[in-house]
Amino acid sequence: MARLTEENVRLAREIIGRYPKPRSATIPLLHLAQEQDGYVTNEAMSHIGELVGASSAEVFGTASFYEMFKFEPVGKYLINICGTMSCALLGAEELMHHAEERLGIKMGSTTADGKITLERAECQAACTEAPCLQVNYRYRYRVTPDQLDSLIDDLSAGNLSSEIPAHGVVASVRQHIPADRAVGAVAPELVTENPVWLDGKAAL
Amino acid sequence: MTGGTWKHAPGFYVGDRPQVVTSRFQYEDSYTLERYLATDGYKGLRSALARPANEIHDEVRSATVLGRGGAGFPAGNKWGLMPQEVWPRYLVVNGDESEPGTYKDRLLMERDPHQLIEGCLIASYAAGLSQCFLYIRGEMALAQERIATALNEAYAAGYVGKNILGSKFSLDIVLHWGAGAYVVGEETALIESLEGNRGMPRLKPPYFPAANGLYGQPTIVNNVETLANLPWLLNNGAAAYTAIGTATSPGTRMVAVSGHVNRPGVFEIINGITTFRDLLYGEEFCQGIRNGNDLKAFVPGGGSAPWFTPDQLDLPFEASQVGPAGSMLGSGAIMVMDSTTDIPRAALTLTRFYAHESCGKCTPCREGGTWLERILSRVVDGKGTDADLDQIFEVGESICPGAFPHASNEKLGIAAVPFPYRMNTICFVGPSAYAPVHSALTLFRSEFDARIVKRTMIKVTAVSE
Amino acid sequence: MTTIDTTDTNDLPPQDPNAVSITINGRTVEARKGDFIIAAADSVDEYIPRFCYHPRMSSVGMCRQCMVEVEGPRGPMMVVSCMTPVADGQVVRTDTPQVKRAQEGMIELLLANHPLDCPVCDKGGECPLQDQAFSHGAGESRFVEEKRHYEKPIPISDLVFLDRERCILCDRCTRFADEVAGDPLISFTQRGNNTQIMTFPDEPFASYFSGNTVQICPVGALTASPYRFKARPWDLEQRESTCTTCSVGCRTVVQSSRDELLRYQGVDSDPVNWGWLCDKGRFNFQSTNSDDRLSSPQIKSGDSFAASSWSDALESVARVIRHSREGSIAILGGARGTNEDAFMWGALADAAGVTMRDAQLDDGLPASVFSYAQATIDSACAGGTVILLAPDIKEELPVLYLRLRDAVQKKRIRLIEISSHETGLTKYAWKSIRAESGTAAGAIPALLVQADIAAQLASGPVVVVAGRANLAESASHSMDALTAVLAVVPSASVLPVLRRGNVRGALSLGLAPRNGNDAATILEASAKGNVDCLILLGADPLSDVADVDLARRGIAGAKFVVAIDTFLTASASHADVVLPAAAYGEKDGTTMNLEGRVTSVVQKITPHGTSRADWMIAVELMTLLGHESNFTTLADIQHAMSAAVPGFGSTTTAVAIKRDGVVVSVTPPSSAPSATSVAGPRNSYEFRLDLSRKLFDRAIGTITSPSLANLASEANVFIHPLDLDRVGAAEGTNVRVSNSHSSIVLPVRALSSIPRGTAWVPFNQIGADVRELVRRNESIVDVRIESM
Ligand SMILES: Cc1cc2nc3c(=O)[nH]c(=O)nc-3n(C[C@H](O)[C@H](O)[C@H](O)COP(=O)(O)O)c2cc1C
Ligand code: SF4
Ligand code: FES
Repeated sequence: MARLTEENVRLAREIIGRYPKPRSATIPLLHLAQEQDGYVTNEAMSHIGELVGASSAEVFGTASFYEMFKFEPVGKYLINICGTMSCALLGAEELMHHAEERLGIKMGSTTADGKITLERAECQAACTEAPCLQVNYRYRYRVTPDQLDSLIDDLSAGNLSSEIPAHGVVASVRQHIPADRAVGAVAPELVTENPVWLDGKAAL
Repeated sequence: MTGGTWKHAPGFYVGDRPQVVTSRFQYEDSYTLERYLATDGYKGLRSALARPANEIHDEVRSATVLGRGGAGFPAGNKWGLMPQEVWPRYLVVNGDESEPGTYKDRLLMERDPHQLIEGCLIASYAAGLSQCFLYIRGEMALAQERIATALNEAYAAGYVGKNILGSKFSLDIVLHWGAGAYVVGEETALIESLEGNRGMPRLKPPYFPAANGLYGQPTIVNNVETLANLPWLLNNGAAAYTAIGTATSPGTRMVAVSGHVNRPGVFEIINGITTFRDLLYGEEFCQGIRNGNDLKAFVPGGGSAPWFTPDQLDLPFEASQVGPAGSMLGSGAIMVMDSTTDIPRAALTLTRFYAHESCGKCTPCREGGTWLERILSRVVDGKGTDADLDQIFEVGESICPGAFPHASNEKLGIAAVPFPYRMNTICFVGPSAYAPVHSALTLFRSEFDARIVKRTMIKVTAVSE
Repeated sequence: MTTIDTTDTNDLPPQDPNAVSITINGRTVEARKGDFIIAAADSVDEYIPRFCYHPRMSSVGMCRQCMVEVEGPRGPMMVVSCMTPVADGQVVRTDTPQVKRAQEGMIELLLANHPLDCPVCDKGGECPLQDQAFSHGAGESRFVEEKRHYEKPIPISDLVFLDRERCILCDRCTRFADEVAGDPLISFTQRGNNTQIMTFPDEPFASYFSGNTVQICPVGALTASPYRFKARPWDLEQRESTCTTCSVGCRTVVQSSRDELLRYQGVDSDPVNWGWLCDKGRFNFQSTNSDDRLSSPQIKSGDSFAASSWSDALESVARVIRHSREGSIAILGGARGTNEDAFMWGALADAAGVTMRDAQLDDGLPASVFSYAQATIDSACAGGTVILLAPDIKEELPVLYLRLRDAVQKKRIRLIEISSHETGLTKYAWKSIRAESGTAAGAIPALLVQADIAAQLASGPVVVVAGRANLAESASHSMDALTAVLAVVPSASVLPVLRRGNVRGALSLGLAPRNGNDAATILEASAKGNVDCLILLGADPLSDVADVDLARRGIAGAKFVVAIDTFLTASASHADVVLPAAAYGEKDGTTMNLEGRVTSVVQKITPHGTSRADWMIAVELMTLLGHESNFTTLADIQHAMSAAVPGFGSTTTAVAIKRDGVVVSVTPPSSAPSATSVAGPRNSYEFRLDLSRKLFDRAIGTITSPSLANLASEANVFIHPLDLDRVGAAEGTNVRVSNSHSSIVLPVRALSSIPRGTAWVPFNQIGADVRELVRRNESIVDVRIESM
């Protein structure tokens, strides 16, 4: 743990290869690190810096800008309850209070068993389905306090583990570019010619 | 209501209107390549490839496909701003949808990813772009999965990659997702983020992405919905496109209406024609305010937009009318507040949002946004003073000097101050922290005064009863 | 009535296509395309307040303090003047109520979270935030909320402390670290209102240039440990001077209080340092204040020294000189003094018939390097190609490294580096070519005619940066390499990068070797008993001569040794008479940098104890020796110098006082061209020794500066990881490094930037002395490395 595993380094190199400049892969690699360890470790950030050609401080500067990256362990399930206007108009605050009481923790903290972390989130692009929440970035819409209770029951009992991967995994499907179909990324300074299909005529 | 579903985004209502971008939403399997191909999928691309690139560009230009990301700049014109003979050029698809109230790009990505991919291909072909990056909001796991799957299918089937459909046209589309930062939706911040940096907007000019974008190269940043229009446009032609809507706002647009309406939902409406009254009260749309309550106010174009009151209900979805009335259409997000709404508290949810999402670059936004949030929450908690309310305008003046736009109000006898405003910040996040509290204070001052005089302790519950 | 003479227009000089004319507050201002409004305003002293803008870094428009009004098609617009370019006919106002309101508002917001602990802040009294709060603020804060709180000053490096509560997030330090220094070790972290500057956990801001961030911080967020709580700005007195730590000659202000040096700050000299200093130059003033300084003349009696009066000490020196055999007096050194010091000692040497003199210690290049067409720092950085045949510029001439790095980053020049191992500039080089010590000259002819290199060389001017990279390799190899380059590119000019502060001045003004009698020859003569009086003029051969055995023998063989120095150095402790010298900051004069630029150095404090400037000592000795000397003031010397030294002209007095000084062209007497060296082939089991300097070592000025003293590292021998395997030693364990002369024991480290077959040992670090293996008569040194 900590630095990227061999398999992840292989994946990392594949991802880096898709970008004209390696630095562009910083955020994807941070996701990869978080997928590996559940949060982003210092060692992983240094490793990413080596892979993309940045200093550790630069990688940390980038990583800490973004909400989703955690630098300390969080629960297996991260529940983000949306508190922005549309959800607030329809009872988000009530829902947050309910969650706090039910789990016995404040927003922004993790249950003692390390299962669930509760966070207040900002608009999740589900405004017509307010109030809404996400568990490890999987949506629940128009959530009532009762539904929140049964969700917590299900999560605690492990009933949803097939639908919801542990914290760190966002998309569970990866893009795969087959070698024979890939155009390939080229550093911008090495591109000197205009795209071939642009020579005034149709592409065919 | 039946509680949550892990399946794709709910909330879309079809109507008796043209469907430019939502035509496949009726199918359960709308996101598969199979369904896509069965419903004219990649036909637009085929017809594009048979014509010279500049002709496709002209077609898009003449259709006046307005940008759907917020600013409403016509896509064809934007592509034309790229300097001649500078290569490579990039396409960055803005799928970072995070503006409060906005909910449409996620639907398009989850339910019809191939349509977006086809849009990217058409744009790249027409504008001579050599690589495409699809930047999706980090928190949208399902959209990422659907697009990853669709891209994998499309690569395998020869729609993306080298020599697409046997032509000379080659394009890689790289799926990239963010990690939670609203400001990254701003196009220059999006580019910074895609370069692996902190998502802080660059000052422009001279950095209009079309001239100087990703890696300093000409770069087109287009919104998901903007690009999703292109397959239909290619299949049906510019004339059919402009036949919908008005001359200045042709086509349709997706709008999300949330808050206190009977049927909150996402609708594909006719641009320039449908009015806010249609939307809020129409049977095919939101069917009126909940519980038969009165409408108090609504946000017409995403959390950044100054608020409207019932006075403005009859305005159509047309930028040239909404701007002079004191607000903007923005990202097609309407948030509705009924008569029970606690206005200062509602404003606080938005001001807090923008203060929290400041990138921290500009002093007025970094310091002023938080300051506004602090004052406002004190007022909401019944601990504010008169001086606090004055201070809100003072801080606002430091963010946006001069008159700030707001709607007219007959009862209050105030005239509209037209959009846009002057600003001391690089991007709109700073001003957006001020917009809701400015609207609320201008239009509903008495609710603030009441809080201060009585020093009521408000019980912490929902924003409205 | 005005008459318009139409014929006039024909005589107008051709219009500069980049010239732009704008109006600022009604005044017409000439500017150039691409300039920002703020710079145009500065050029006519229309001050626009600012925090993040720095003319030597890219603009970011972060603080928003510099907003001004520009007339636009839709009325006046507020713009940030630090990022808005001028445009012909632009109308700018910086004095309207709107501008004033915006500036006041910005100050109020910046102060919102600022602790206002000015009374206990180092910056108080010279703080741009404090000053502009008075000049451009509203004078009151309405911010009643709780301020941001962070842990109070935390050390982010050996030299710099960070107080995040005071920070106003202007991006200057981070931009400097990234853009200027190329050490992006500090970064913004978090976001929005929680944005802060931080290093990565356990990775300090270890940059040779860290002190610059303290200087450009517009508040007291970054403070330097040597200056913390030392003084208040209003107690400081200052004078502009030149740093003589190395030969770049950065302009500085020297600040003192109560006759104690307290701080150096960089001054923006356009042709030289652009305001930057390296940490060594910035902080080694501490050595001037050291308690270990020599304070009175010392005369050896038996094994120890006894303090003496100046007259006794000088008289004993004069007596030795008078009684020395003809041609048996030698002077080594002078490169650490002023031009006036060197000139007077040269005059003394001439008067006393001294034939043995050298300002270098067998660690530089022959003075003939000045006889080629000379380049300047500016001309090297202006465009074309720079060929580096030089030591690691980052380690030895740090601010020249900044200039070259900048020129590469801005795509003005391309670097071709030919070196025995990677250097600080390697990653900026267009081509970085490894040539084992002793082999560069042989490889160069074929290398430079390779198609792409030849095309590059033909595309524009070429400057060769020439110095002595490896102290275990004889200077003749370096000169051969230079000659080889010039044979292919005869039009190239040369920037000689000799290291000591005033080495060029000393060589030019009388202390260059005569008749090929360079330091090594002199020491050899001394070892043979042919030197009756050896004068060490701020020279410490025992520490600096690569062949330490030669240095030892030379000093031991001299009949009488006089050391003129600020400290009792290793060599000085072997002297018969030691004379305390005034240090930098204690004397006025001029200095000459590596490009021949003459600038002023100034006295700011009284010399320590009874120490005197070198030139005064020379004048006194001349008088005692009965030579007529009419020199009583520095000005007398400067007049004589201008008159006597061809090429020096009338520069010294008037002109050199100006900030940027003047480049002079003096050709020192050139010794006979050194013999060409051919390095023999290396045995496969041997390593070629590469001995080169790092910025921080055990040099006297460094170890007597408390804040720098522990920046030297342990001595190690570095070899390629595969060689480490071959030697069979584990990383960090002791190995025996030996050749037929000697054998030493050092820890070994793997470093992939060292080519196979090379053993790199940094010079003068803490531990065993690798110089034991160096012999001057061998042009390269090969060693065996064995695990123990
Ligand atoms: C603070 C801010 C946030 C934004 N967020 C988004 C967003 O989430 N999605 C989007 O498409 N455009 C967003 N925009 C607009 C983009 O900057 C840009 O104008 C748009 O992506 C251009 O695409 P279009 O021309 O197709 O509309 C945002 C703008 C600002 C100032
Ligand atoms: S307005 Fe706010 S979010 Fe936008 S660039 Fe400035 S600080 Fe960042
Ligand atoms: S000086 Fe212009 S924004 Fe800071």
